[in-house]
Amino acid sequence: MQMPVPNPVTLAKKAKLTERLRAVLGKDGVISEEIALKAYECDALTAYRCPPMLALLPRTTKEVAAALRICHEMDVPVVPRGSGTSLAGGAMPTADSVILGVSRMSEVLETDYADRIIRVQTGRTNLSVTGAIEGEGFFYAPDPSSQLACAIAGNIAMNSGGAHCLKYGVTTNNLMGVTMVMMDGEIVEIGGAHLDSGGLDLLGLICGSEGQLGVVTEATLRILHKPEGARPVLIGFDSNEVAGACVSDIIRAGILPVAIEFMDRMLIGVCDDYSGAGYPDCEALLIVEVEGSEAEIEHQLGLIHEIAKGHNPVEFRKATSAEEAGRIWAGRKAAFSAIGKVSDYMCLDGTIPVSQLPFVLKRIGELSQTYGLAVGNVFHAGDGNMHPLILYDANKPGDLEICEAFGAEVLKLCVEVGGCLTGEHGVGIEKRDLMLDQFAPEDLDMQMAVKDVFDPKWLLNPAKVFPLASSEARRIAAE
Amino acid sequence: MEFHPKSEAELAEVVAGLQAPVRVQSGGTRAVGSVVANDVLHLGGIAGVVDYEPGALTLVAKAGTPLVEIEAMLAAEKQRLSFEPMDHRVLLGTKGEPTIGGVVAANVSGPRRISVGACRDFALGVRFVDGMGRVVKNGGRVMKNVTGYDLVKLMAGSRGTLGAMSEVSLKVMPVPEVETTLVLHVTDAAQAVEAMSAALGSPYEVTGAAQSGAVYLRLEGFAPSVAYRLEELENLLGRFGEMERLVAAASAKVWTDIRDVRAFAEQDFVTRVSLRPSDMSAFLAAAQAEHSFDAMLDWGGGLAWLATDKESLGGFAQSFCAANGGHATRVKGAFEACAFQPEAAGVARLSYGLRQRFDPKGLFNPELMARG
Repeated sequence: MQMPVPNPVTLAKKAKLTERLRAVLGKDGVISEEIALKAYECDALTAYRCPPMLALLPRTTKEVAAALRICHEMDVPVVPRGSGTSLAGGAMPTADSVILGVSRMSEVLETDYADRIIRVQTGRTNLSVTGAIEGEGFFYAPDPSSQLACAIAGNIAMNSGGAHCLKYGVTTNNLMGVTMVMMDGEIVEIGGAHLDSGGLDLLGLICGSEGQLGVVTEATLRILHKPEGARPVLIGFDSNEVAGACVSDIIRAGILPVAIEFMDRMLIGVCDDYSGAGYPDCEALLIVEVEGSEAEIEHQLGLIHEIAKGHNPVEFRKATSAEEAGRIWAGRKAAFSAIGKVSDYMCLDGTIPVSQLPFVLKRIGELSQTYGLAVGNVFHAGDGNMHPLILYDANKPGDLEICEAFGAEVLKLCVEVGGCLTGEHGVGIEKRDLMLDQFAPEDLDMQMAVKDVFDPKWLLNPAKVFPLASSEARRIAAE
Repeated sequence: MEFHPKSEAELAEVVAGLQAPVRVQSGGTRAVGSVVANDVLHLGGIAGVVDYEPGALTLVAKAGTPLVEIEAMLAAEKQRLSFEPMDHRVLLGTKGEPTIGGVVAANVSGPRRISVGACRDFALGVRFVDGMGRVVKNGGRVMKNVTGYDLVKLMAGSRGTLGAMSEVSLKVMPVPEVETTLVLHVTDAAQAVEAMSAALGSPYEVTGAAQSGAVYLRLEGFAPSVAYRLEELENLLGRFGEMERLVAAASAKVWTDIRDVRAFAEQDFVTRVSLRPSDMSAFLAAAQAEHSFDAMLDWGGGLAWLATDKESLGGFAQSFCAANGGHATRVKGAFEACAFQPEAAGVARLSYGLRQRFDPKGLFNPELMARG
């Protein structure tokens, strides 16, 4: 992965920069020791690492503003970081940058059940937002797999999704307002506890901008009352095509499950071995979860059963207790750990129109033969967000490169059939160089023009999202 | 001059050759606010559904496609635009045919916005021509997409000030089996907001919460589920007194009227105010101390429509919103001032910067959303 050559002029500023930042963040707010900086050299895309010049851990929005103002004055690039769980390298630093982490900012600032909002500092983890309100029966809907660790700051940066977004939407649909610090230290308030914007929808623009437009330090989030109950059903099929047709029929019947998850033969086997979920021996498996009262759940599962019967399922297993529900989900939820036990893997994240599912799975199978690497498929079938997992051997020279080439082919395929490169993980560095497969130069130019407005010096996370060649002129002009 | 491009390519050519600012309009039914331009760029000729996949819940249509055509196509598959866009002709007395491009450009969302989200939440992709005549695309036609910046949200609600839209992609939803409305005879605004908050904070998935005379709460879904939730909701709200139920067409009529603000069709000045629900009764009380007006609440008390025969209420609402968080729009009336909420300095600077980049020559709907 190519990254810009570290700027020697910037590197030479380290002593002065450290001194100035310590003056506003205190000694323990600025990490400069080589060994301690190791913790910030990568995120969850662990194949690429580079320690930053410094790591900053401010405690307040004002401290964030003070730190950014100094970096802005001294022309030092800043890489914002939530919990560092990005799968796309969104929080990976360069040697001449400083990491700005919000992990010390994790307070709940306000909870209002009548208005159905919570306001938090963005270093708070996704799951602990729900943790703060579940006593009153409420929850925060977006649920990325990393929700135990990932921070709201990163969720906003990547517009994170999750298994339940078919019904509840992704981060952008649940974000109502932010306090954001601009690169020059200015603090702006966008949105709030009211709905929608009177002017341009800057909130929608910021969500998913991968830390390139500003550092979000506080967020107002929509919260919902929990449903009375939820229950999954497991349906096994003897082909991917039939499973795909069943998904489409469920959606067309007007049922809105909270989740429809799909696993192919390889994943079924690997997950079953790992978790003892007791999955059937079949080609494709769906887990469909519905919500409501007992009677509502029974009614919806009855409708789903009728639809599934039309597709001759190998198995239709309705959870009748919390324990059975847990077993059905156990394998799916353990998918990444299960496959990690078997092999090194790369997780892709393209989205396709649901109707293209059988064709895309078939093509992925053929590409697997061509590249000589095995692949398993698990994905959010209701919304077409695929997660092909390509297995490779990190210790075998050249294997990672083959894996990446294979991955790139799959993502291009997603674009060709009318989909996109990334459904919920973000572009980061990982998919940066594929952007011109999805966008024309004018499309990217318009997006980069947005960054020009928010961050004219191109100091915030500058080497991400856009192909380096596309952003080079802007990055150099800003230097 | 009037321009009538028939395709995106013609639109790009027209824009590239523009010598003076234009009013960008499609159906022309949502003329809110005023534009400083003599010429008109009509997008209604760029029309037609490009792709509709009921099994994927996605629709792609050219911007000038009449809404009525899209709604008929969706209804044939028992689907709909879930965000329930208002028909502005009822309130504004405008003529013409609403188009999907106009809906997205103004981010028009009806009563169901409180539960499913706004138009912008259903907008998946957009194609537009920027102020230099370049065709730009963003998003796509799939439900989950975080590839690059989300210019789709930015374009939704930009009211033609950033670019001339040529195509939009939308997420559509199934039409539920039945709908029923619970009517609570509550007239006091504070009590109405309290009742609506209780309903929306329950697990019973209320898809409309409005006050227009009485308080109306809507439930939708499969028949057994609606019956169950209705009973639970009645138990929950027992303290608010007598209730009645409206079913099927009677229920639908209530929500169409609320959506279109039919009650204020004859009024001269109408202002729309978005506030945090718990601030709404304080706002109404403060406004009543100085002005006389009729009010209708939607979105669980987060949205107010105010009707009066004088202009001054709009300014009062905007000042209140500036101080408390929220925004007010002068929707109807011969207003002197800008229709839209003035933005705080930092936000205004960013919005200005974006307009400069998307439309450097200031061609599209100048001074509509911000003046000076």
